[in-house]
Amino acid sequence: MKIVIMGCGRVGARLASLMDEEGNEVTVLDNDTYSFRRLPSSFGGTALFGNGIDEEAQKRAGIEEADIFVALTQGDNRNVMSCQIAKHVFNVPRVMCRIYDPLREEMYSALGMETISPTKVFAQLLKEKIEKTGEKAED
Amino acid sequence: MYIIVIGGGRLGYYLLKALLSEGHEVLVLEKDVRICKTITDELGSVCFRGDGCEASTLAEVGTGRADMLVAVTGDDEDNLVSCQVAKHKHNVPRTIARLRNPQNAALFKKLGVDVTISTTDLIIEAIEREVPTHAATELLTLDEKGLVIVDVKIAPESTTVGKAVKELSLPKESKLALIIPSKGNAHVPASNTVLQAGDQIIAITSPETKEALKVALRGG
Repeated sequence: MKIVIMGCGRVGARLASLMDEEGNEVTVLDNDTYSFRRLPSSFGGTALFGNGIDEEAQKRAGIEEADIFVALTQGDNRNVMSCQIAKHVFNVPRVMCRIYDPLREEMYSALGMETISPTKVFAQLLKEKIEKTGEKAED
Repeated sequence: MYIIVIGGGRLGYYLLKALLSEGHEVLVLEKDVRICKTITDELGSVCFRGDGCEASTLAEVGTGRADMLVAVTGDDEDNLVSCQVAKHKHNVPRTIARLRNPQNAALFKKLGVDVTISTTDLIIEAIEREVPTHAATELLTLDEKGLVIVDVKIAPESTTVGKAVKELSLPKESKLALIIPSKGNAHVPASNTVLQAGDQIIAITSPETKEALKVALRGG
């Protein structure tokens, strides 16, 4: 499977190395080459300098042959825009978008985008953990 | 009209002033508290501090009754998201986005932004108009009709000089509207009108046949 990841932060770099270990063809895109330090030395994919909200940069990353595009930069809007380019310009079969802001996440999800809000997921997870400990304390 | 401007930078500031002087109800949304204060101190309560990409902020300033939203921040992605939130969450009838990268124009249109404005393109158009040797200038784009109005200059070395309009192989979609000769009055071309060096031709065409029209008018 060919996967293009935009943003080589902690999550991006980790996802890239996990997918690479499983034998996928991985390209990570970041507009700061210093971010590539997060990739392990064993990383066998491609680390590419470029801005993911630029059609040309996506093309250089091989978006036209990609099966999946994942946007993981710090900026919600950058993620949203790059995903819309991947989906509507390059017709990538699967496009996944991280959006921190839950309201924005709900809107783009309603518009048909595959979105994940770490804010929502993590808050929910913490709540469940807290409730579990609560039960424990009652015992 | 109630117009919401996203971004209180220099562009947003002058836009606000111009729209206010035309008598519109205008509100600027700006994230930076200092910029917001400067605008409020000078022009009154026409600036709201907040993120113009957030549906809740837009709801607070009554975006639901806005006639237009203009996003003029320095980042294309922010302008895109503002316009999309305004469209999909608040049904704003008309959204306008400023572009840094002129290549985003087609994408933004496809994603539902009604109008895009690129400073780069505007400057290039101005240069094209200033440089007399430039072959064809786009004067106006009629988006709804899918047509452009162009201005083509006939150079002395053009192979079409001395030919009549009916002898030209013009694309089907093109119509010649006006000929402005280098001397004398402008006239509406007939099929037997002969092209002269220095003629300026105003024509209407589809964007796809613009190049073909240029070639037909100036020769290969």
